[in-house]
Amino acid sequence: MGLKMIVMVKQVPDTHNITGEAMKADGTVNRARLPAIINPEDLNALEEAIRIKERIGGHITAITMGPQKAVQVLKECLYRGADDVILISDRKFAGADTLATAYTLKFAVDKIGSFDLILCGRQAIDGDTAQVGPQVAEKLGINQITSLLEVVEIDEEEITAKHAITDGYELVKSKMPLLLTVTSEANEPRSPSAKLVMAYKNIDQEVNGDSYEEAYMQADDSSLIDRITEWNADSIGVDSTICGLQGSPTKVKKIENVVLAVNDIQQIPATEAGITDLMHELMDDHII
Amino acid sequence: MSDKKQVMVFIEQSEKKIGAVSLELICEAGRLAKKLSAEVVGVALGYGIGEELAALGHYGCKTVYYVEDERLSHFTSNPYAKSVVSIIRKQQPEIVLFGATTTGRDMAPRIASALKCGLTADCTELQIGEYKSKGELFENAFLQMRPAFGGNIMATIVSPESFPSMATVRPGVMQLDTPDASRTAEVLVEESDLSDEDFLTEVIEVVRREKTVNLSVAQIIVAAGAGAADPETLALVRKLAVTIGAELAASRPLVDAGLLSHDHQVGQTGTTVRPNLYIACGISGQIQHRAGMVESQRIIAINSDPDAPIFRIAHYGIVGDLNAVIPKMIAAYKEKA
Repeated sequence: MGLKMIVMVKQVPDTHNITGEAMKADGTVNRARLPAIINPEDLNALEEAIRIKERIGGHITAITMGPQKAVQVLKECLYRGADDVILISDRKFAGADTLATAYTLKFAVDKIGSFDLILCGRQAIDGDTAQVGPQVAEKLGINQITSLLEVVEIDEEEITAKHAITDGYELVKSKMPLLLTVTSEANEPRSPSAKLVMAYKNIDQEVNGDSYEEAYMQADDSSLIDRITEWNADSIGVDSTICGLQGSPTKVKKIENVVLAVNDIQQIPATEAGITDLMHELMDDHII
Repeated sequence: MSDKKQVMVFIEQSEKKIGAVSLELICEAGRLAKKLSAEVVGVALGYGIGEELAALGHYGCKTVYYVEDERLSHFTSNPYAKSVVSIIRKQQPEIVLFGATTTGRDMAPRIASALKCGLTADCTELQIGEYKSKGELFENAFLQMRPAFGGNIMATIVSPESFPSMATVRPGVMQLDTPDASRTAEVLVEESDLSDEDFLTEVIEVVRREKTVNLSVAQIIVAAGAGAADPETLALVRKLAVTIGAELAASRPLVDAGLLSHDHQVGQTGTTVRPNLYIACGISGQIQHRAGMVESQRIIAINSDPDAPIFRIAHYGIVGDLNAVIPKMIAAYKEKA
């Protein structure tokens, strides 16, 4: 039996490794040029789910809300050991803030049916809000443990875990069902398994009668899924007034690129005289 | 519901001590309230903290709605969120502010979800101003500024049709006013509407770690970056810090590499600092780091790469090898000290 787990993942632009490629001449970032990756802490959430499954058994469904290309992050989940994946995609979801996103995810979770544990990264590196997890928990009317550091004990009824607080950590206990937001400190996510990458090589394509080889390749592991489920607003039954831009109470008024203003910098020669003058000036000004 | 408009602050407490960020937010709420002709109120949960709450008046808080319940002595998500939701429903403030601490970031989204209202995370600046949308003009919109995309953009967020509008604010960002001990807040004890079933989390143990360094109050900081990741260079940076009486800080790569603890990290995921002097040693100056130190009074950057972004915000730039430059700095200091 084990636990029924849902891992919520997000495709994000890689804001942490900005290379010259993505920099514009005016010193701002060309966001469209940033590579799309699976949000780093969502990988920690997936890893934690896999470890729980290894420990006490269970089933892992990874879900993402996003455009069609977000299917890539679901494949990343399959390659690491998710049993099942669902893409939740609809034009109506565009422009969603955290509240509208949480609503949509809640309806998707309802459609999945029963669950014991929902896991997601503590925060995504594009917005850094850390809001969607707790908002989904509230919408589902379940408890939450945020900033997970370590699962200490877990069985089918309850979990004992360490989670981060500002100046240390707490050891807490909660019954299922429950939502966990996972930090990068919780674990070291595994790499994709070569075997699974091979097994899911053709997952995009519908398996049909004329592809004998694919069917043959999957024959020895019938537990693997053969296609990625996709749901839209109608199939999860979310009303367009509560999802996407329309369902978002927050609006973006203005976005400004952060431009580095060049200071009137004083160049200090790296010589003994130059450095001595600087240090003595700071001492004369009682700065040091 | 009060007949006067309210700007509300969630008062964070831990072991009966009011969090510093709550005082900062009361001061910021005062600045916002002035423009809205509103008053500053607090919402607090806990047990036996009435006196501490009255003292919030020193910072300009007029009234504190206080749910006194022994079970609320220590923070857990659901009962805290639920209690604040019922106070907000009763008082109907225009704006609610939370510290962007682990507590604030845990409960504020739950509260926003229950109230179906807008919430903006980690704001660095708040204003009251105009917002126009589809021909409609909101004269006193709550403008919430926050960095996004790893700090590469600054977004202004509004939620003009949301009641209330809520925001979390990083500790150390808003200015603390001088307290006026002649003012006290009126503390109104509110009935707790919680049942035992609301307490879903059992706290078994709380482990607090003494901070090894408190960078937020440091006047002189010497910070090491990826250019100082080898043991000899890092030892040299440390020696400079000790020599001139500075605190030692680091950029994220050094902390991630385990060379210094997270308490030493300056930047978006570390501490925000405003010292008189910041000496950046071998720090390239990625935006995430700059966000945490750009307001330093004087910045000296030492880097072997003349094109490093850190030089764009530095007041003094030294292009050179740390192993050559730092010994000269130490020698120059000792010569005159």
